[in-house]
Amino acid sequence: MPRRDDLDSILLIGSGPIVIGQACEFDYSGTQACRVLREEGYRVILANSNPATIMTDPDFADVTYVEPLDAATLTRIIERERPDALLPTLGGQTALNLAMDLVELGVLDRYGVELIGANAEAIATAEDRERFKEAMVGIGLDVPASGTAHTIEEARAVVADIGLPVIIRPAYILGGKGTGIASTPEEFERVATAGLDASPITEILIESSIAGWKEFEVEVMRDRADNCVIVCSIENVDPMGVHTGDSITVAPIQTLTDVEYQKMRDAAFACMRRVGVETGGSNVQFAIDPTNGDMVIIEMNPRVSRSSALASKATGFPIAKIAAKLAVGYTLDEIPNDITKATPASFEPTIDYVVTKVPRWAFEKFPETPSLLGTQMQAVGEVMAIGRTFCESVQKALRSLELGRLGLNADPGETATDDLSDADLLAAAAVGTPDRLFQLEAALRRGMSVDEVAAATKVDPWFLDQLSRITEERAHLERVGFEHMTRRDWRRAKRLGFADAQLAYLWGLDEAAVRAARVEAGVIPTYKTVDTCGAEFAADTPYHYSTYEDSTEVAADPRGKVIILGSGPNRIGQGIEFDYCCVHASFALHDAGYATVMVNCNPETVSTDYDTSDRLYFEPVTLEDVANVIDAEQAASPPGTPGVVGVIVALGGQTPLKLAGQLPADLVLGTSPASIDAAEDREHWNALCTKLEIPQPAGGTATNIDEARAIVAGISYPALVRPSYVLGGRAMEIVYDDEHLASAIEELASFGAIGADGGIAPDRPVLIDEFLEDATEVDVDALRDRTGAFLIGGVMEHVEEAGVHSGDSACAIPPYSLGDGTVQVIEEYTAKIADALGVEGLINVQYAVQHRDSGDEVFVIEANPRASRTVPFVAKATGVPLAKVATRVMAGATLAELRDEGLLTDPVTGYVAVKEAVLPFNRFPGADRVLGPEMHSTGEVMGVDTSFGIAFAKSQIAAGDPLPDAGCVFISLADRDKNIGVTAAAQFAGLGFRIAATAGTAAALRAAGVPVAVEVAKLGEEGGPHAVELIEAGEVQLVVNSPRGRGPRADGDYIRSAAGVAHIPILTTAAAALAAARGMTEWSSRELVVRNLQEIHAP
Amino acid sequence: MNDVYESLLVLSDGTSFEGEAVGAVPDGGIAGGEVVFNTVLSGYQEVLTDPSYAGQIVTFTYPHIGNYGTNADDDESRRPFARGVIVRELSRRMSNWRATESLDAFLERRGVPGIAGVDTRRLTRHIRDAGSLPGVFGIVDDRFDGHVSESALREAAAIEPGTDGLDLVAEVTTQQPYVVAATGAGTRRIVAYDFGIKSTILTNLTRLGTVEVVPASTPAAEVLAREPDGVFLSNGPGDPERTGLVDTVAGLLGELPVFGICLGHQLMGLALGGRITKLPFGHHGGNHPVKNLTTGIIEITSQNHSFAIAEGSLTRAEVTHVNLNDGVIEGIRSSDAPAFSVQHHPEAGPGPRDSAYLFDDFEHLMKGNAA
Ligand SMILES: Nc1ncnc2c1ncn2[C@@H]1O[C@H](COP(=O)(O)OP(=O)(O)O)[C@@H](O)[C@H]1O
Ligand SMILES: Nc1ncnc2c1ncn2[C@@H]1O[C@H](COP(=O)(O)OP(=O)(O)O)[C@@H](O)[C@H]1O
Ligand SMILES: [Mg+2]
Ligand SMILES: [Mg+2]
Repeated sequence: MPRRDDLDSILLIGSGPIVIGQACEFDYSGTQACRVLREEGYRVILANSNPATIMTDPDFADVTYVEPLDAATLTRIIERERPDALLPTLGGQTALNLAMDLVELGVLDRYGVELIGANAEAIATAEDRERFKEAMVGIGLDVPASGTAHTIEEARAVVADIGLPVIIRPAYILGGKGTGIASTPEEFERVATAGLDASPITEILIESSIAGWKEFEVEVMRDRADNCVIVCSIENVDPMGVHTGDSITVAPIQTLTDVEYQKMRDAAFACMRRVGVETGGSNVQFAIDPTNGDMVIIEMNPRVSRSSALASKATGFPIAKIAAKLAVGYTLDEIPNDITKATPASFEPTIDYVVTKVPRWAFEKFPETPSLLGTQMQAVGEVMAIGRTFCESVQKALRSLELGRLGLNADPGETATDDLSDADLLAAAAVGTPDRLFQLEAALRRGMSVDEVAAATKVDPWFLDQLSRITEERAHLERVGFEHMTRRDWRRAKRLGFADAQLAYLWGLDEAAVRAARVEAGVIPTYKTVDTCGAEFAADTPYHYSTYEDSTEVAADPRGKVIILGSGPNRIGQGIEFDYCCVHASFALHDAGYATVMVNCNPETVSTDYDTSDRLYFEPVTLEDVANVIDAEQAASPPGTPGVVGVIVALGGQTPLKLAGQLPADLVLGTSPASIDAAEDREHWNALCTKLEIPQPAGGTATNIDEARAIVAGISYPALVRPSYVLGGRAMEIVYDDEHLASAIEELASFGAIGADGGIAPDRPVLIDEFLEDATEVDVDALRDRTGAFLIGGVMEHVEEAGVHSGDSACAIPPYSLGDGTVQVIEEYTAKIADALGVEGLINVQYAVQHRDSGDEVFVIEANPRASRTVPFVAKATGVPLAKVATRVMAGATLAELRDEGLLTDPVTGYVAVKEAVLPFNRFPGADRVLGPEMHSTGEVMGVDTSFGIAFAKSQIAAGDPLPDAGCVFISLADRDKNIGVTAAAQFAGLGFRIAATAGTAAALRAAGVPVAVEVAKLGEEGGPHAVELIEAGEVQLVVNSPRGRGPRADGDYIRSAAGVAHIPILTTAAAALAAARGMTEWSSRELVVRNLQEIHAP
Repeated sequence: MNDVYESLLVLSDGTSFEGEAVGAVPDGGIAGGEVVFNTVLSGYQEVLTDPSYAGQIVTFTYPHIGNYGTNADDDESRRPFARGVIVRELSRRMSNWRATESLDAFLERRGVPGIAGVDTRRLTRHIRDAGSLPGVFGIVDDRFDGHVSESALREAAAIEPGTDGLDLVAEVTTQQPYVVAATGAGTRRIVAYDFGIKSTILTNLTRLGTVEVVPASTPAAEVLAREPDGVFLSNGPGDPERTGLVDTVAGLLGELPVFGICLGHQLMGLALGGRITKLPFGHHGGNHPVKNLTTGIIEITSQNHSFAIAEGSLTRAEVTHVNLNDGVIEGIRSSDAPAFSVQHHPEAGPGPRDSAYLFDDFEHLMKGNAA
């Protein structure tokens, strides 16, 4: 069955901002889908509010709407574009839920839009857990005993029936939000209530818990002709009870006989057919009782999922791309297998290596939340590693995480378990936490038996035995000693995945010495190919991984090669924005005639798609692994050819940047490692600013508390304390007094020098600055080429004032309140700094502007001569392909040349673009929602329109907290915020809102003639209701609450979490309140207009 | 680690591979046979006990073999027939609720020598390019008494015949006829020729009725005299043209319903006027797409054959199934007789069960014939 010709245009919905449980894997799948559908000649209409995605680049779709993903906006887009079909299965749960809304609202019927990929019936059957279970029982599959409830009373009835322990799971949610296991009646009450709240249709499934069983996943594809194939099978190392997204998982399944595997395969197909997913990819989860093989089905996701991205990278079978082709009518046998070219896609990939995925968490940023893993996903990112054995792949994965760990222990980090008694260690390992794997190895190293550990932790003995091979090898290496290593010894160690750095640690040597001796012994990595077929057919796609075998498969290539270092796992502070930059670099350099070589280890990204670059090395981004790739590529360059002409380190965030100094300096393209350091090195930076006569906040560096005190003596409190070489304001704090300063320094010291980032040590001084209060923060992205030509990419005025991390604050292009004079000063400063640092490529500079009667005073906060988080936003807002231009500049082109070439264009005018951050607080119970200098957001959205107010309002809707149009605003402000607050309040009142305020704020408002309807008492005090009561009673529609300093858990803290739970928008700064007031005012007077980037960028 | 002995694999073209000894010690220190590869991710026990592997040394492309041990139920025949096994990693710890013996112990007890630690991907690519070829391996570690020299291995490799000229069917077939009782409501009487029959095939046939298994040498007349409802031609090792069984099959066609699998399929092809070709490196895996030309549906199939019916060579049969990877004929139906056969393995064991319907087709054929 060929392509459907009855369709012309297809609407694709993206997954919106990066949130926990829904990360850039959906940019990967969406991007693939856009490509395919356009190749097939369809008109692609894309809607996605996330400006940091590749898919929202104007050239990936015919029309691209960076607009809020809600039914109202989508309806407007459909009204305007009249698509023939809607493809909802590639934008995660967001797209699926939106599609369902549009069906229920009758929008699709009204405009004759056909749902392709999965129909409403199928989606409902899979997503509604009750219906799903009935369906599965109907086809003879087992499911855990369960019942559904819509109220807490119903819930109690169910549990009376099936008994504890139970797991509670809301319908229509992703990433296990609101899911949990309850073993006691108390736990049950709590989890059930949270679950009902989390479900958009207040429905929960209560299920008897089978925590401890083995957990598996299979990725299924089905076409219109009912052909089904399994693309990949996955086994979880963590048993049932830890969300798959938080589990260490391995492909393929390791511990099932073929008989059991085929049973699972048949069940997966039966499930797919019963649910009725007509075409595309789905993911089916199973659990097996390790004692008797009983198998139950857990769930199926009728769409491309996080696991699909993993499965695609693990096998080389591009699920999203093929799902898109199936959706438009092709059958699997009509689609060629990209990798072999010779064979069709209607087969089941087989692999000859082991893939391990390890999640990366962000608990360190939410100290109030215990770092426990359960049925609700907490991971913010993940790494994948490929090795010929499990040992090799798991060690590669662990060093890919960039948590300062070199592998499975055998590194300084291993001391963490030293003080635990055997019993405590085993108890710790029995609970799912980020440290479990390291604890398991430690337990085995202490001589506990595999069976003992397996019994306590429910981790399968096969995996534990593999870990113990690493343990035994370590002992062997220590016994043999560096001097007596034979070729076979080196080879065995490397085959078990040991990094040179681990060996160096074991022998007390430095890494370079180990590497030299190993190479001397003739033991160097070979590169094998991911080819979907276990080498049965010739592969023509250079998708490689390293391993220590006999023969290597890297093909010779005469072109000059540029190696692009990716940004590793997503984490808070370093996310999709950097992958965007790396991918653009690859595209730009390929177009310029280079062979591009990507090195990265993040399976969710577009950068690790095998057809993004000329060559892909799925490898950890560590010194050893990168140096190996450079050697391999040099070796694969025929004599007389340019070979590796450069390495790009400036686009992948801190990950590659950390390596810059250690790579051959002549290979680092663009700004030299020296000047990158210069910008980070405080002394040097101060000197530079003084020389350039650019004011900066007073301050200095300290390596201990006494030095810190000395500095603060010079400047006044509040002061800002922050470690050097960190991203995302890691461990940054505003301190208001001596005692607070001491505690901050203490905390940093506790990281030790080996902390993933931050820490305090003689070689890692802490920076202490005067904290600039009430200052407007401004971000600038700019470009400078080797001839000194300079270009401003964008000047972004932040909504929240300085003190809120740039990554967490909303910001606007162009500045919406700063005077032209101030902007000009900022641009001049930026140019001077770029010159002084000899920047070749991108630079990001941050400023704080204090408004004095004498006029604005501009302070520079920091400069980073590298790609920043805001590059994609700037590109979308201005229409200038900043990352591509920067890459070419790094490779030696001048701005003038690029202008002539047509790559560098003029920025668009007449629009305001607002970026808003999206925060993960509801995932972290107990975490205070206050914004500060440490970044907490996982993603961002963009709102664009002709005025700041509307653009801001759009950004709020897109971020999921639409501003109310009527009701009551609760206001409680710190004194320093009161004047701005009053202005905002006046406008709220003007819009007909009732105002509730705390005593102090109320007084200030009344004094300024703003009516206050309700005066709110302090918590626990008499005199009127208090805020939490009002919020819980649903009498408040918007909360404006700026924190008063730090100290004991203040009222505001409770107020903010109450609002969070009630899903009421919270503005924690007066500036944001003012922006909101403007937005609501304009919103009330104008109706929503949607615009696509193509028309916005049109000259 | 000192009980690990260095082993060496040498192919007839002189290519060699380092490894470590596992399983049984080869008789005379040297194991030899035709080196083939199999790409299944699970099912090593079924593969090693499949009589079709007689005379062959099996390389598993998936690196971790032995993870779930072995058990009494998953054998495909009375003993392993493979001459040896080549793996990247042999698990020392098994984990599965059904496991009763580790693969290493199983190989040792069943007398199958093995070599582990081999760059099996390099070997597979070599076979893919050079074609499957004879090879030998043995323990070269001088710490092991009874070790062999590298030169001895090289000489042995140069003269190793692999499977050429062997009548392997005679080696694997049952000596005596035997009866397997029906397991279901099925009332058919089926005679199954054992050319190296797999137990999963018997499991599928006994659902249809009672199965009388007879030696390969049983004359057609004798089988017809038993007046069964249908005859089954099993899988088996080696070159069909060397078995001298074509006439037997020819003697059955047209007389009563016949169903053949793998070698049985090739023999039917020969009997229906086809020719046989040897594939460069055969089909050995569990993931090959086969298109059923009648329904248009694609079946993911279990495959294990080095020979195939030559395209366009059939005179008295039509092609019913083709392999989508390389167009090889996977299934045929006689134009005049109630007979059909497939090259792949509908019984799976190991592999997908997408083609299991073919046994029902056999039942229909017998029913139609009875009516
Ligand atoms: N009955 C159960 N008992 C114990 N753990 C369970 C049970 N059902 C699910 N889980 C755990 O909860 C996790 C999330 O459940 P799942 O149905 O996959 O929800 P989601 O839609 O969030 O993926 C699973 O990965 C599994 O580890
Ligand atoms: N001296 C200061 N006064 C006020 N706010 C500051 C000062 N220095 C930094 N900040 C705030 O802290 C945030 C993080 O600081 P920054 O140096 O940008 O860290 P990062 O390198 O993680 O971006 C900034 O975005 C800004 O809001
Ligand atoms: Mg799940
Ligand atoms: Mg910053």
